[in-house]
Amino acid sequence: MRIELEKRAKVSALFSILSPFIAFALTIVFGGIMFALLGKNPVAALYSFFVEPLSEVWSLHELAIKAAPLILIGVGLSVCFRSNNWNIGAEGQFIMGAIAGSILPVVFYDWQSPLVLPLMLVLGMIGGALFAAIPAFLKAHMNTNEILTSLMLVYVAQLFLDWLVRGPWRNPQGMNFPETRTFGADAILPEMIASGRTHWGFAFAIIAALAVWFMMRYTLRGFEITVLGQSERAGRFAGFSSRKMIWFSMLFSGALAGLAGISEVSGAIQQLRPVISPGYGFTAIIVAFLGRLNPLGIIAAGLVLALTYLGGEAAQLSIGVSDKVTRVFQGLLLFFVLSCDTLIHYRIRLVRERFAALKADEAH
Amino acid sequence: MPVKGQIASGRLLAVSNLTKLFGSFAACNAINLQIESGEIHALLGENGAGKSTLVKMLFGVLAPTAGEISWMGDNVRITSPGEARKLGIGMVFQHFSLFEALTVAENIALSMDRSISLARVAEEASRLSRVYGLPLDPNAHVADLSVGERQRIEIVRALLQNPQLIILDEPTSVLTPQEADRLFETLLKLKAEGRSVLYISHRLEEVQRLCDRATVLRHGKVTGACDPRAETPASLARMMVGNDVAVVTPEGTNTKGDVQLEARHLSVAARTPFAVSLKDVSLKVRAGEVLAIAGVAGNGQSELFDALSGEYPVSDDNAVQIRQKPVGTRNINARRLMGAGFVPEERHGHAAVSSLSLSDNLVLARNQSDRRVFLGGGFLKIIRQGAIKAAAKRISEAMDVRKSGEDPPAGSLSGGNLQKFIVGRELDRQPAVLVVNQPTWGVDAGAASRIRQALVDLAKAGSAVLVISQDLDEIFEVATEIAVISEGRLSDPYPARELSREKIGLLMGGMHGKTEGAGAEHAH
Repeated sequence: MRIELEKRAKVSALFSILSPFIAFALTIVFGGIMFALLGKNPVAALYSFFVEPLSEVWSLHELAIKAAPLILIGVGLSVCFRSNNWNIGAEGQFIMGAIAGSILPVVFYDWQSPLVLPLMLVLGMIGGALFAAIPAFLKAHMNTNEILTSLMLVYVAQLFLDWLVRGPWRNPQGMNFPETRTFGADAILPEMIASGRTHWGFAFAIIAALAVWFMMRYTLRGFEITVLGQSERAGRFAGFSSRKMIWFSMLFSGALAGLAGISEVSGAIQQLRPVISPGYGFTAIIVAFLGRLNPLGIIAAGLVLALTYLGGEAAQLSIGVSDKVTRVFQGLLLFFVLSCDTLIHYRIRLVRERFAALKADEAH
Repeated sequence: MPVKGQIASGRLLAVSNLTKLFGSFAACNAINLQIESGEIHALLGENGAGKSTLVKMLFGVLAPTAGEISWMGDNVRITSPGEARKLGIGMVFQHFSLFEALTVAENIALSMDRSISLARVAEEASRLSRVYGLPLDPNAHVADLSVGERQRIEIVRALLQNPQLIILDEPTSVLTPQEADRLFETLLKLKAEGRSVLYISHRLEEVQRLCDRATVLRHGKVTGACDPRAETPASLARMMVGNDVAVVTPEGTNTKGDVQLEARHLSVAARTPFAVSLKDVSLKVRAGEVLAIAGVAGNGQSELFDALSGEYPVSDDNAVQIRQKPVGTRNINARRLMGAGFVPEERHGHAAVSSLSLSDNLVLARNQSDRRVFLGGGFLKIIRQGAIKAAAKRISEAMDVRKSGEDPPAGSLSGGNLQKFIVGRELDRQPAVLVVNQPTWGVDAGAASRIRQALVDLAKAGSAVLVISQDLDEIFEVATEIAVISEGRLSDPYPARELSREKIGLLMGGMHGKTEGAGAEHAH
């Protein structure tokens, strides 16, 4: 007896749309079960996890701050994933973008000019793109698996940041704390609205999502991404180069991750520390898939995943569970999104051994 | 091996009201079929007519939804291929299931009872191959054998079970004419012994030559049972496709113009271990000409297409010339901009992306050549959906593409209709040069004749057309000149009128050297 996945003749359009919602509902149900097993009242716990953070103005601002990097990175990744390039290292590109953008406020801290901030943003994008260029080069010219190389480079970036803030970039006036100088006024990404902390990073995220949506839907470049993602051979017939697409998609997603990194550092943290991301680069992979690789869907998915970060903090305070609950919820969500998508395309069939023998026979 | 008593005459197999439903779709709908002992029975039909489904039910691979099968007068339920073999039914599939790294005898032994020793299998196999004129060396490795020899292994494997009925699925689709002749002799020998053969084909001449009776299927139903020798190819084709197939009218008086497409000493190393290298290929196609390149599959056809289309440009710029300008190093879109059009062999995932709409698939081939019409917005290159949908509609109407809905995904069209669209997509540009690889591979007769006529008409209108094809009927229908490709070498071109099938067969095999020598003798 074994289980087989059998391709469905027809994919239900209704369930393709419903799938993220079903996945979210299942996550809530299993989250509730988990809280119950921990001895908490599931209803109260879920309320404090998912609803309370939405009930106050300051926490809505926090939501936007957390959603901004998720959306920016997720949008970039959607271009990669659609073109069949699997950049798993956005976390590293986020960090390298943050480091590159921080060169001005940390090393040239006494240069004050309105040019500082725009230059930081550009440097951040270049830093992220250059770091993504490593797996791009290895895949395009050495035929290396980009999943492995991009993932492994995340640890390189994390350790590089750690070394910088403990070593050469440590704040001389910082009483030996592993931190850089706090950024000067010119180097800080300002708030968007008067009512709270939300900085312009959120606007960048929305603009990027709309721009990519337009590109995918209306332009030849978007068509090229779709075609090469479906069939490299058909892309070649169309005169598109899959090698150039590796470069384009990796550099593009790296640049957006780098922009997210420098925006986060400049807008929310305002200095470099050993850890600047609660795993935004990895969570953005969930965001991209929950948003069905559609930039508009990714905006919504980014807000949902941002809520899991806030909910984790809230649950830690109000019901006293570990903030690792956030990770559990993110994992549940990714699991259910992927399994819903699988079940839309395939049906599960139990195969008894007699049939298996018959199948083998049929091969002759 | 025990030899069963052979039945001199009488009904071997009778099928009544056999039906197979896939969901609500009837792949086979109340089929009736009788096979007598000692006859070669043809099963005719277009792609998708239900032939494969029917034989899979007879061989126990699929279970019928309704209906009965009777074998030597007894009602039977055939639930597995093993059971079918026990009854005395053998099958040779179109796609072989052989391990290339193993020897002939080892491959045969794999399908036998484990208790029989390899030496006995080898001995028995070589005895059978002698008796039936199927020369085979039991110790040869399959990887070294030609397609025809591999088919012989499958046939010997089926014969070892001492079957009363042998089912062959499109056996000649992969053979040279000489190899096919040899197969026919074997089949006639089997018939003389009182065994029956169910012969699946869509090649009418073969069926007329070989078969005693024919059952014709269309859309899962029997549309005729006849003596093929009493019919004409046209009347058989009518039963297969339902209406008269338009006969392609060949060139007539084409005026030959300048050379539009040329290859000069084109040599290309094999890109992969499984590819064929092109060796010093030279060809010229003039305006008004259809040059057809014949050959058995896997002799460099797709490599030649790749080099001519520019999907894989070559290092020597002069090796390929379009409209007398060197283009060897230029890519496919540069060649399209010079007036060339290309139709590759594989529809899904090469000529078209199945999940994309027809209009998107139009952009696929023409995003550069028609960029003034199809793209707007300057550097943004915005795709103009309106203009493209209109063009897709125009193409669908011109080529009679039958589809569900205005702009359905390419994957939802039948092979023939998608191929009509893919060819129409190029014709719509009125290319000065058209290179087509296997224009009607796996396409129904109606669509095939439409496509062939379109190619002929394009040449008449003054374009240079290069057709790469394995189908000799097709080649004789469309070609003004014929050359043959074999192991990456191209023969000189011959005017189509001066060339016989036998000559082409010799060219196909002759350049292979000694392995095909026997086939060459045989043709005379």
